[in-house]
Amino acid sequence: MSDAWITVLAVGMGTIGIKAAGPMLLGARPLPARALGVVALLAPALLAALVATAALADGQRISLDARVIGLAAAAVAIGARAPVLPVVLVAAAATAVARALGMP
Amino acid sequence: MGRLTRLTACGIMGNMDRADEGTAADASGSVRAGVGAAVPLAVAVGIFGVSFGVLGVSAGGMGALPALVMSVTTFAGSAQFAAASVLAGGGGPVAAITAAVLLNLRYGPIGVSVARFLPRDRWRRLAASQLVVDESWAIASRGDGRYDPHRLLGAGVLLYAVWVGGTLMGVIGGEALGDPETLGLDAAFPALFLALLVGQLRGRGTVPVLVALLGAAIAIALIPVAPPGVPIIAAALAALVGLRR
Repeated sequence: MSDAWITVLAVGMGTIGIKAAGPMLLGARPLPARALGVVALLAPALLAALVATAALADGQRISLDARVIGLAAAAVAIGARAPVLPVVLVAAAATAVARALGMP
Repeated sequence: MGRLTRLTACGIMGNMDRADEGTAADASGSVRAGVGAAVPLAVAVGIFGVSFGVLGVSAGGMGALPALVMSVTTFAGSAQFAAASVLAGGGGPVAAITAAVLLNLRYGPIGVSVARFLPRDRWRRLAASQLVVDESWAIASRGDGRYDPHRLLGAGVLLYAVWVGGTLMGVIGGEALGDPETLGLDAAFPALFLALLVGQLRGRGTVPVLVALLGAAIAIALIPVAPPGVPIIAAALAALVGLRR
């Protein structure tokens, strides 16, 4: 089997297993109150980390590039209570303009 | 190509609904709401799907069929780009698999967070778990630790369809669509996550705000020193603040 197929099959099975683990092992069992407190805070913790890595990470480097302009534009739109669709479009447009002006 | 490796996109279709979550009309409304919320991202995810397909058939790529099978089975853009770039760089399958699995380990805690809202039936539950990707999970989140499985279904199915469809187009020959980065589409993902984060923080007191700041700080501190994926999983530890309440 080629390297590509080994990688594709292993990553596919691994990902399906990771995604299934929580729902299949926990079932619909109610969690204890303290665990619920932690689970409720997983969304803010993980969303904030996704913002940071999607805007700043370039492999293992922190890169301040045109994505930061897009994120700043998104923040302004969010502050003005814009819905999600315009927020995303404003971010893409601002980043595209910054790149067209030569920003990496 | 380097920049593409940090993208997040996309699980696998399934059918889900839960009798205790309102009427059938509410449910189909929620599915439609999930589809609607995912539309702006679907454009970005589709174009990155095309990029993944183009990369697959380019010199040093993994080939058309492996690229397509990977999008069908893995449905996680960042991990797929990471694995493809390691292979293209001559890194070998062990390094490629490690990079991709590290990136996808975040679906462990994410799966725990949605577990109690998924269908009870074993097979439908398994299918629903595969529809969870960053974007569908974020769209399904109600902000108080609860998740709407119908919004997850709507967003997840749409994103899966455009991810696989995009990859197919790229494999067949989609260079014509242009570079997603020129279009600024890589900025769509952090913007979405920020919009959903702020929506969840409004009116919920200071603890979630502090947890978000802590999560971001952990991720940023680890970006330069840990392999991609690890900073996000480590940030989940910020949620342990919830043990104190």
